Amino acid sequence: MNKNAKLPETDEGTILFNTNPIIIKQHYGIDYIHSYAQDSPFFAGLAQKKLLGSRCPACVYIYATPRSHCMQCGGTTDWYELPKQGRIHTYTTCYAGGEAFLKETPYTLILVEFDGVDTLLLSRLVGAEPDEVTIGMEVRARFRRNAKFNATDIYFVPA
Amino acid sequence: MRPVYMISGGITKFAKAHPDKDFRLMVKEAFDYAMIDLPGLHRELIDGSVCSYFSDHFTRQLKAGAMVQDYLGLCPKPSRRVEGGGATGGLCFQSAWEAVASGRMEVCLAMGFETMSRVNTWKGNEFIALASDTNFDYPLGGFYSGYYAMMVRRHMHEFGTSVEQMAKVAIKNHANALYNPYAQSPALLTIADVRSSPMVATPLTILDICQMSDGAAVAILASEEMAQQLCSNPARIIGIGCGTDAMRMADRPHGEVPLLPHESAADYADLKYPGVHSFRGGRTAAALAYRMAGITHPVEELDFVELHDAYTSSEIQTCEDLGLCRYGEGGAFVNSGAPFLTNIDYGLQFSPDSRWPKIPINPSGGLLACGHPVGATGLMQAVFAFWQLQGTITKHLGNATLQLPDAKRGLIHSHAGTGTYITASILEKV
Repeated sequence: MNKNAKLPETDEGTILFNTNPIIIKQHYGIDYIHSYAQDSPFFAGLAQKKLLGSRCPACVYIYATPRSHCMQCGGTTDWYELPKQGRIHTYTTCYAGGEAFLKETPYTLILVEFDGVDTLLLSRLVGAEPDEVTIGMEVRARFRRNAKFNATDIYFVPA
Repeated sequence: MRPVYMISGGITKFAKAHPDKDFRLMVKEAFDYAMIDLPGLHRELIDGSVCSYFSDHFTRQLKAGAMVQDYLGLCPKPSRRVEGGGATGGLCFQSAWEAVASGRMEVCLAMGFETMSRVNTWKGNEFIALASDTNFDYPLGGFYSGYYAMMVRRHMHEFGTSVEQMAKVAIKNHANALYNPYAQSPALLTIADVRSSPMVATPLTILDICQMSDGAAVAILASEEMAQQLCSNPARIIGIGCGTDAMRMADRPHGEVPLLPHESAADYADLKYPGVHSFRGGRTAAALAYRMAGITHPVEELDFVELHDAYTSSEIQTCEDLGLCRYGEGGAFVNSGAPFLTNIDYGLQFSPDSRWPKIPINPSGGLLACGHPVGATGLMQAVFAFWQLQGTITKHLGNATLQLPDAKRGLIHSHAGTGTYITASILEKV
C-alpha cells in the first residue's frame, strides 16, 4: 500500500473553447477493416475498366448497381456488364459537401440512365461546366488508371 | 388494438447550439414542460418510454437513451431507443402508440433529442451522409443536399416545378415561424432573398435547406381510460402509417403510381414512378394512415399538416405523396396559396385554385424555420399538432397567430434518407 500514490503528470493539455460551460476539444477517429463482401466483383471490375451491374434472370430486370439478390423476387442475380455510354437522368453541382469533400467543390453529381437497364447509377461528371449540364445529355464512362477501390474509380465525361 | 390518445407534449427552444444543456437536460426540460401542462399526470403513472435520437456520431455516447431514462427518474421502467434517420421522431411516436395500442402500457412517453452542434456544419453533413449507402453514394460527396438537388431537378423536368415555387415554401415556413418562439430561424423573406442566398447544390440555395439544431421534444400517449382520467382535451391518434424505399435512390423502380382512393390510374397515364422525383415510402405511409382513419379525400378531410420539409423541394414532393394534390401539381398547389395561413402577410400574390381548399402546411414553421434536431423533429411536429387540436397555441406560443380557428384533424409526417423510412400519423380533436 502506498498512501501517497500519484498519477503521473503529463504535458499533454486540453484545448479549451470556453469555461462557462466548459467546452473542450474531444478527438474521435477510427480506421475500419472494411470488406465489400458480395459486392467485391463490382470494385474489381472498375479496376479493370469494366462497369458491372446486376441482372435478375427470373424477373429479366437489370440493375445499374450491384445487388447480388433481386429486390423484387429475392432470387440470385447475375453480373451484367453495363454499357460505357449513357444519358444524364438528373444532375446537380455541389458547392459544399461533407467535410472530407469540401476540397473537391464544386463537383457535379449525376444519375446515369443506360439503354435497356431498369435502374440508375450515381456518379460524378467531370469536363463540363455547371451550366453546360442538361438532362438527357450523353455521357461516357471513364475509369481511374490507378484504382482506389471505391466508387470514385468510375466517373463520366461528356460523350 | 385499442384507441390511443396524446395527452401532453413539451419542447425546448430549437437553436444552433445549447452548450449550457446536454441531451439529458434538454429532454428533461421538454418533459417537465409536458408534465406541468398536465397537472394530474405524475411520473408513477408513466409505464415506460421510447427514446429517439438519430446519430451516435453526433452524440458520441452509445446508449444515450438509457442516460435520459435515468436522468428523468424513470428507471427501472421499460424503455428502448428507436432510430431511423430523419424519421426517427415519427417512428418513436408510432412506437409509443404501439405500446399503448397493444395494451402493454397505459401511459407511454415518447422522447427525442439531437445535439448537432458538437461538430462543425460540414462534419455534420458528413455524419448525416453516413445515412446513405457508404459504399456507393457517400464516397461521391457525402452530401444529402446533393441527393435532394438531383431529385428536385428531375421533379422540375417531369412537372415544370420552378425554383420560385420552392422559394415560396421557404417564405411561408420562415414567416409562420415569426410567431413561434420555439423556432430557430424565423424570418420574413422574399423570393429574391431565397434565390440570392449562397448556392449549396444547384438548384437548392441555403434558404431551401433546413438547419442543424440542438433540441428536444416529448409526446405523452395514453389509453382511453387514462386519457379520460387525466386530460380534459386530449387528441386521438386515428391513423398510423409507415413506408420505405431502397437506400440508394438510383435503385428506385420506374413503374406505376400506387393510387389513393380519390385518384385514378388515368391521372398518371404517362408517369414513371417513383423514379427519383417522388417518395414511394411517403405515399405508402399516407395510404396506410388514411385507410386506418377512414380518410378518402385527404385535402378535404384534413385541416392542417406538419410535414418533413428538410428542403423546400421535399415539401412540394411530399404534398403530392400525401395526395393533397396530384403528382406534378405540387408547384401549382403552392402558387394557389392553399398551404399558406390566411392571417399572415407573406408579401406574395397567389392564384387561388378551386381544386384546393385552404390546408395550412407547416403552420409551425416546419423544419426549414424551426430547425431539425433530428431525433426531436418528428415529436416536435406531434407537439405543435397537439396544441393546434387542443386550441392551446396561444397558451404555449404566447400569441394566437398560428392557431387555426377550427382545427379538428391534422397529419404529421416524418421522413428519412432519400425517402427510406417515412411515417404519417393522424391526430383528431376529441
